[in-house]
Amino acid sequence: MTTRQDESSEYERVQAGPEFQELRRRYRNWAFPVTVGFLVWYLLYVVLSGWARGFMGTQVFGNVNVALIFGFLQFVSTFLIAWAYARHADKKLDPLSDKLRGEMEGTSNE
Amino acid sequence: MSNHALSITLFVVFVAATLGITFWASRHTKDATDYYAGGRSFSGVQNGMAIGGDYMSAASFLGIAGIIALSGYDGFLYSIGFLVAWLVALLLVAELMRNSGKYTMADVLAFRMSPRPVRTAAGVSTIIVSIFYLLAQMVGAGALVGLLFGITSDAGKIGTIVVVGILMIVYVVVGGMKGTTWVQIVKAVLLMTGAALVTLLVLGRFGFNLSSLLGTAAEQSGKGNAFLNPGLKYGVEAKGLTSKLDLISLGLALVLGTAGLPHILIRFYTVPTAKEARKSVIWGIGIIGVFYLLTLVLGFGAAALVGSKAIAAQNKAGNTAAPQLAEKVGQLIFGDVGGTILLAVIAAVAFATILAVVAGLTLASSSSFAHDLYAHVFKKGTASEQEEIRVARISAFAIGAVSIVLGIFAQNLNVAFLVALAFAVAASGNLPAIIYSLFWKRFNTAGAVSAIYGGLASAVLLVIFSPVVSGTPTALFPNVDFHWFPLENPGLVSIPIGFLAGYIGTVLSKEYNAAKYAEIEVRSLTGAGAEKAVYH
Repeated sequence: MTTRQDESSEYERVQAGPEFQELRRRYRNWAFPVTVGFLVWYLLYVVLSGWARGFMGTQVFGNVNVALIFGFLQFVSTFLIAWAYARHADKKLDPLSDKLRGEMEGTSNE
Repeated sequence: MSNHALSITLFVVFVAATLGITFWASRHTKDATDYYAGGRSFSGVQNGMAIGGDYMSAASFLGIAGIIALSGYDGFLYSIGFLVAWLVALLLVAELMRNSGKYTMADVLAFRMSPRPVRTAAGVSTIIVSIFYLLAQMVGAGALVGLLFGITSDAGKIGTIVVVGILMIVYVVVGGMKGTTWVQIVKAVLLMTGAALVTLLVLGRFGFNLSSLLGTAAEQSGKGNAFLNPGLKYGVEAKGLTSKLDLISLGLALVLGTAGLPHILIRFYTVPTAKEARKSVIWGIGIIGVFYLLTLVLGFGAAALVGSKAIAAQNKAGNTAAPQLAEKVGQLIFGDVGGTILLAVIAAVAFATILAVVAGLTLASSSSFAHDLYAHVFKKGTASEQEEIRVARISAFAIGAVSIVLGIFAQNLNVAFLVALAFAVAASGNLPAIIYSLFWKRFNTAGAVSAIYGGLASAVLLVIFSPVVSGTPTALFPNVDFHWFPLENPGLVSIPIGFLAGYIGTVLSKEYNAAKYAEIEVRSLTGAGAEKAVYH
């Protein structure tokens, strides 16, 4: 960036700055691994439903079997990830992005 | 009063109330931001309910309960895919789209590209996805009305399709995004209340013992314990590997399709900030998740109390399982009058559900036509705001008229696959382009255009040559056979093609705009320069 510092836009200056880099890191380091995680967890469930019928049909208590519990766990994990993301965004992302937006827009816009 | 007269009365009350809201909304719709994005003035909670309203189609409500009632456990796979998909929207798409776009999906895709080719591609894809989905809903409405309101004549079905079409046109043309959003909110409340009521009655009938409900369901289904295991619908048929791969293909399309559905994406523009967009998706996840848990009880409850045989006798696909269950459980607990009332309520709610979903789809496709194709491609950005809204209203009218006509012609065809196809196109064409646009620095015009057309074309072609179009008794054309692609759902092949096409298109072209990438990246994460809400 050093060679074009003068002609680069405000967006490029912010993008190169340490605070934005930190915001980006915090966002990506959370969102990307978790996305891979829940996709793998979901595909595991689909694959087991296709290939491991015997295991999925094992009764755990009463008429409730592994397949049903696995399905419920998908609901539970979805709710938990949504909740955890909201918490992460509130605590780690919003303060930084609010600060950067405030600096870029000044006080005139709000 | 018969149950049909009562359902129709309840439905008329719903229509009157939503039309009232729509005309109220029209008085508060002054500029393009109001028409396309509801002035961006909805709260996260309101938009979360509207997300539920847009997403919980009659296919989810009646269809999933029906699949569970007939095939047991396998119906659950659909609900899980439909729900988990929202995490993709929450983590990767919703907030960043809100910050970088304006009215349509194409706003984000064309942000740092040469606008005309990218907007054309995104507009075409938006309109195709929405019309596939819309057509499936319209035909479904024609079929449902016989079951719900006792109208079975051809003239009655055509009349229903016409009425649904006219109502959705009025909602969209008159109320724009504001009116349509309120219709979704009202519908979501009604649907959740209706489904929760029947669920409670069913659970109460079994002493709130899930195991006893499942046991009775398995017994009454005539399939025993296999009813509670995966595999009744997928995988027991002869071709073992194919149907297992089909299951994975379907799973992929469901989980990756949602975040590429245009009528879902434009919902993120109706709130004032990215934070509210996040909140709305979290509310949406809560509402949709609870709803799918309810449909699980409805499906197993229908199998247990009505019996799979009685359900299949009324509708082969099981689409009437939920209304039949409502009637039965009402009868068992409150006597004949209770059964009649509960059936009427659920039938009216199911119909309200169709109406709200088709309105959302009409709005998404007409907005894209006016904003992307007309204003930016044909007029190269010279059209005035008023002119653009006028074109949006005219195209909502035209798209509505076209879907009425297509819906009438297609009413006796098996078009259920169109919903799966819409999800597959959204996952194969739209999602790769959105993800690359937001996260890949090097992405460019050639990449965006190849991702969209590549994913779109491969999904559509593979479906044309699949067993859902020809070669099987349940196909669209059962009497001819030109299928060579073995899977019913193209996702397993077409989604990788979409991502690959986007990659290859990008690296083959030298175009790259560092300044615009900086702008979209900073803007998407911080909201600096994002479109503001308007309050009148």
